[in-house]
Amino acid sequence: MFIRRLAATAVLAAATFGFSAAAGAEELTVGLASEPTSIDPHYHNLTPNNSLARHIFNPLILMDANQALIPGLATSWMAIDDLTWEFKLREGVTWHDGSPFTADDVVFTLERAANVPNSPSSFGIYIKGKTAEKIDDHTVHIKTEVPTPLMPNDISTFSIVSKAHGEGAGTEDYNSGAAAIGTGAYRFVEWVPGDRIVLERNEDFWGEQPEWSSITIKPIKSAPARLAALLAGDVDFIEGVPTTDIETLEGNENITLSQGISNRVIYLHLDHFRDESPFVRANGGGDIVNPLRDVRVRKAISMAINRQAIVERVMEGVAIEAGQLLPEGFFGVSPNLQPMPYDPEGAKALLAEAGVPDGFEMTIHGPNDRYINDAKIAEAIAQMLTRIGIKTTVETMPRSVYFKRASRGGPDGTPEFSFMLVGWGAGTGEASSPLKSLIHTYDADRGFGASNRGRYSNPEVDALIEEALATIDDAKRQDLLAEATEVAIEDGAIIPLHYQVNTWAGREGISYNARTDEYTIFTEVSSVE
Amino acid sequence: MSVFIIRRLLQSLLVVFVMSLLVFFGVNVVGDPVDMLVNPEMTQADIEATIRALGLDRPIHEQYWHFLTNALEADLGKSFIFGEPALKLILQRMPATLELAFVSLVLSVVIGLPLGVYAGLNPESRVSRTIMAGSILGFSLPTFWVGLMLIMIFAVLLGWLPSTGRGDTVEVLGVSVSFLTLDGLSHLLLPAFNLALTNISLVIRLSRAGTREVAQQDYVKFARAKGLGRRRIIFVHVLKNIMIPVVTVLGLEFGGLIAFSVVTETIFAWPGMGKLLIDSVQNLDRPVIVAYLMITVLFFIVINLVVDLLYSLLDPRVRLQDVKA
Repeated sequence: MFIRRLAATAVLAAATFGFSAAAGAEELTVGLASEPTSIDPHYHNLTPNNSLARHIFNPLILMDANQALIPGLATSWMAIDDLTWEFKLREGVTWHDGSPFTADDVVFTLERAANVPNSPSSFGIYIKGKTAEKIDDHTVHIKTEVPTPLMPNDISTFSIVSKAHGEGAGTEDYNSGAAAIGTGAYRFVEWVPGDRIVLERNEDFWGEQPEWSSITIKPIKSAPARLAALLAGDVDFIEGVPTTDIETLEGNENITLSQGISNRVIYLHLDHFRDESPFVRANGGGDIVNPLRDVRVRKAISMAINRQAIVERVMEGVAIEAGQLLPEGFFGVSPNLQPMPYDPEGAKALLAEAGVPDGFEMTIHGPNDRYINDAKIAEAIAQMLTRIGIKTTVETMPRSVYFKRASRGGPDGTPEFSFMLVGWGAGTGEASSPLKSLIHTYDADRGFGASNRGRYSNPEVDALIEEALATIDDAKRQDLLAEATEVAIEDGAIIPLHYQVNTWAGREGISYNARTDEYTIFTEVSSVE
Repeated sequence: MSVFIIRRLLQSLLVVFVMSLLVFFGVNVVGDPVDMLVNPEMTQADIEATIRALGLDRPIHEQYWHFLTNALEADLGKSFIFGEPALKLILQRMPATLELAFVSLVLSVVIGLPLGVYAGLNPESRVSRTIMAGSILGFSLPTFWVGLMLIMIFAVLLGWLPSTGRGDTVEVLGVSVSFLTLDGLSHLLLPAFNLALTNISLVIRLSRAGTREVAQQDYVKFARAKGLGRRRIIFVHVLKNIMIPVVTVLGLEFGGLIAFSVVTETIFAWPGMGKLLIDSVQNLDRPVIVAYLMITVLFFIVINLVVDLLYSLLDPRVRLQDVKA
């Protein structure tokens, strides 16, 4: 039923596409769940900031709604040898002040973006080891120290800023608008923190003219209030519609819903590294050798989870069962992996085979304000596991407390929990992102496994991931990533549950071409009228 | 009187210092802001760099000393999230909150006082009973629920008032206010009423009790015997005497309105300090939380002082001096 709805939205969006270019001076007011922390596109690598930046600025390479790479300010890019990439820049592009966009701006941006003072989360990860060199006004070479197949993905993450306005400009100059001069479809007009951001259409934009002549963004954090603002007509369009309200809204003819699958997988991490795991006990509370280290137990847990029930009841139908790290259609996804079928009897048999026929006791930890319905999912899983004999208790907490304990709350900065619910969104839009951070052996010096909270370690998987990360040939890399995923999932490195589906809502006739990266991009909002 | 004020100020200084200790250490033991800030794709080395950049790698007493010495120069630290001074962020949003609190205070007096006095003068009438029953509801219904109901009724169903945000503002003496424009006023009404609700009930109850008591007093009976008009008796003799408890309570409540307008601001997406605080708590933006709480402490101290002064104006028998144990 859900897939049909998704398809219907896509058809609707396609049908309206022709209209949007012709429309006149329409204003759009939107309610967003969270406010950007800055107008400076390089200050904070954060979803609300990045989605806002996409309107005022452009990166060299854009990601379309499915995170496939498409030309942005660069019209083409290719590796001319293992360590050099050539980017051809789009000609005839001007900044909002009328000055031309050239290779100098690109070289300047690569220097600036990694070094913004006070940046709480910089774009350095995508820029480190890359040096840009101007060949002529519309050609740039980017050199690397090691082969970097993910160059285009890395380059797509950050916006190009103007050298003339950016030189010597701090984050506050962008926030005030003085330096917020981009090449994007919209000009920055005003930011009143906490209240609104106003943008107006850039009539000289190099791409297709967007439908809306001006856009007012209002941050409305509380979901019911956001919905009420839409129903009251104070805003035309909102993001982050709560799953509990979707059914009611479907019956409301004044509202148009737009849905799309996300790149975010919700999964379970298990303790792979401790013989005595702090939250795993024998029946009755005694000591037990960590059964989660046995692959049969991990498989039994996966089999005991009724993913269909979670999708239908907890997520109200708005999610898709998961069998690996990213949904179908993404780069590096394995065609051979399916969601584990629900089989409680098989799970019990496996537990018996693993020497724990009567199960054991365990606590599942999870956040309660991070993912859609996160606490409810943890409760559902605890019930399902208890049914096969693993008596599971639930402990959920705010994400501000949860993630510290999950990553380094134990002795010596090790992860504290034994069994936990987490989610991962692949920012680069392909499988190396979760493989590198969640599955690869934890290795602080080389920057692997930063979020490997189960400390899963498998040399075979590590080798495959590292080989993929050094393979420039796309077809070969795709196969390596898929193979690494297959080995890791078969081995129970993590237990995938479902992929999130995001819902946007607009007043009658306003629909959205839903994106997998959860960004809300207003040029993709269109009206049927 | 000046001795009184000086001594009060010295006491206040001590309170501020103790609060700064409590607040700073209290806020710094919860969670880890780094996890809220960094992009999950970052490597361990990047995360370490962020920890160092925020000064979170240093021992807590060193961080406190750093905070304290800067605070003496009116620098309460930089927001982790916005990278701007916490004080600036709070001051930026303060006019919106003050305006909301002030309008809601006016609403509670304008609505609560007449209703309370009426109920006090006619305790047996059906209207009075309805008023009193209503005031119980005003106390007991949770603010967020009432707020959502107000939005549902006046914004969604009737479409009379906007549901969210602040509306047009105009600058008065460099401060932006919204109650001078029609659009701004329409945005202000629902959240101010929502915030005022508890106080309206409070004022109704206080003024009803006061009126009933005062109406039995000899000087009111004497005034009536002298043949003074009913209006003059109510406005001069009754009102003036029931205002003392009302002013005291409202003064204290005003601090509460400013400090804890959090719920209302969140529901109505009102761009004030309360909303900033909630966002900061969720994101563990420690400098902003600490700065906010310190400013709140100062507010309460100043308001209490003002209340004491007003008190002595209303009732000359009250002397401004320290209460001896």
